[in-house]
Amino acid sequence: MMARVKPITTVAIVFFLVSAAAPLFVSSWATLFALILAKGIVVLGIVLLLQAGQVSFGHAMFFASGAYAAAFWGKFVGGGDILLFLVLGGVSSTIFGLIVGLFVVRYREIFFGMLNLAFSMVLWSLLEKMFRVTNGADGIRVPRPSLLGFSFTPETFQYVILYLSLLVAVAAFYGVQRYLDSPLGHMLRAIKSNETRLEYLGMSARRVLLAGYVISAFLGGIGGTLVAIIQQIATPEFAFWTKSGEFVFIAILGGSAHAFGAFAGAAMFECVRFYAAAHLVDSWQLILGVVLIVIILYAPNGLIGLRQRYGQAKQGGY
Amino acid sequence: MADILLSAKDIKIRFGGVVAADGINLDVLEGESLAIIGPNGAGKTTFLNISTGYLRPQGGTVTFLGQDITAQLPRTITRLGIARAFQIPQLFLDQTVMENMLIAAASRRGNPSGFQALSALPEVPEMERLLDLVGVRAYAQRTAREMPEGQRKLVDIALALALKPKLLLMDEPTSGVASSEKLEIMDILTTALAKEKVTSVFVEHDMDMVERYAHRVAVWNVGKIQKIGTPAEVLADPRVREQVIGI
Repeated sequence: MMARVKPITTVAIVFFLVSAAAPLFVSSWATLFALILAKGIVVLGIVLLLQAGQVSFGHAMFFASGAYAAAFWGKFVGGGDILLFLVLGGVSSTIFGLIVGLFVVRYREIFFGMLNLAFSMVLWSLLEKMFRVTNGADGIRVPRPSLLGFSFTPETFQYVILYLSLLVAVAAFYGVQRYLDSPLGHMLRAIKSNETRLEYLGMSARRVLLAGYVISAFLGGIGGTLVAIIQQIATPEFAFWTKSGEFVFIAILGGSAHAFGAFAGAAMFECVRFYAAAHLVDSWQLILGVVLIVIILYAPNGLIGLRQRYGQAKQGGY
Repeated sequence: MADILLSAKDIKIRFGGVVAADGINLDVLEGESLAIIGPNGAGKTTFLNISTGYLRPQGGTVTFLGQDITAQLPRTITRLGIARAFQIPQLFLDQTVMENMLIAAASRRGNPSGFQALSALPEVPEMERLLDLVGVRAYAQRTAREMPEGQRKLVDIALALALKPKLLLMDEPTSGVASSEKLEIMDILTTALAKEKVTSVFVEHDMDMVERYAHRVAVWNVGKIQKIGTPAEVLADPRVREQVIGI
């Protein structure tokens, strides 16, 4: 077991090092990698819920709550610091996650997925309709914040936010992987395979799922705050169901057997979008669609499952 | 006289036209091994389901150590000290046998951590000992899915024992096990239960097992207890022989 986990940790470390170093050579990569890392943090939350066999089609609501926490501060208070934004985004999404979670953890599978979708669409409508507060579909601009009181030029800022995203991503990656190996993480997986037995061991499956859900909402919020800062805007689109679908897509693309799957998927997704959008304009979705079909057919465990798959083939299976 | 551990008083439940419990009165005594026998559909499993909170009876009460547990949730009853082993093993198939056991250990301990590794729980040696006791230690690092059915059954029981219960309810511990292995499994089980000082109630169809391993036998028939006594008394009753054993 340990021998199988270690190579992927190595790949993860290499990935984080590349994220730190590569943008020093190509400056347009700074924003690309920052986005990959921020989205990866959100997808970590999806990966967490996938352990319990539950797919949320509404996680964009937490992504949006993190983004709007920063945007509202800028709009109503003015100014702001990255760390303050992260705290606001983390706290608001955690509270929001706890409230929504109390409802959704009573349901499983399609009902769980759809109820999440419903909550997220309610948020989306509110963001669209409450024009005076949210500027409606135009969204709210998030002016470049300071960091611990220091202001930066746009050129420097893209590196500041990159390295901050990297720091948060590494911490989230480590935390989630620890969680997956912990008793609570194993109980999350137990919900997928045999919830009745879990109850007969004296545990409340709902409470186990709620703990995972709140953490995943927190990660969604943190990722949303970072993306709002990187893109300097928060719009209702952040809460729209296609955004939720994108996170689920990335999780399946990357694979849910290990926390690194979230980042592997996000890297693939953002790179295809970054380059395909430049060359193929409206057909980058087509490429991603084909990639997803190939993944589902030939690598059901996602990108991170590929290595294990071929590793096993060489050894003649288990 | 031994203390009463579990006491069912006038339990009634029906599913549509089927009477599964029609005034069941039963005391389970501390330290005993009580067998429940009876034809299919007599309400044996229903009694286990009621005693563990999976079903709520339409009438009557169940008390455990003097506490009313009739309307409690399975997890609450589990925490009070009643564990259950299933007719069809209920395991976490994608996790290793050791992980299965440690999840039980973490449940027993309460407030499971989200940061410390499961494999670093101080209960590891204790769980290894339990797996040894039921004879499946060799499978500890394999996933439950990879195990043969008979062995899964033992893990299912080990999971229940991991909770350190006062009372273990078992639904046909030897069903699905090859008849050549039944004696071995029941021997292992009886030794384990005696060693852990666990009172047990088990539903069984095999009269050899009942004769050999039960201190008392309760005969279920159409939701009623037809007879209760030592295996010798019960199996000598001509009515029981005719209706339940079919001789």
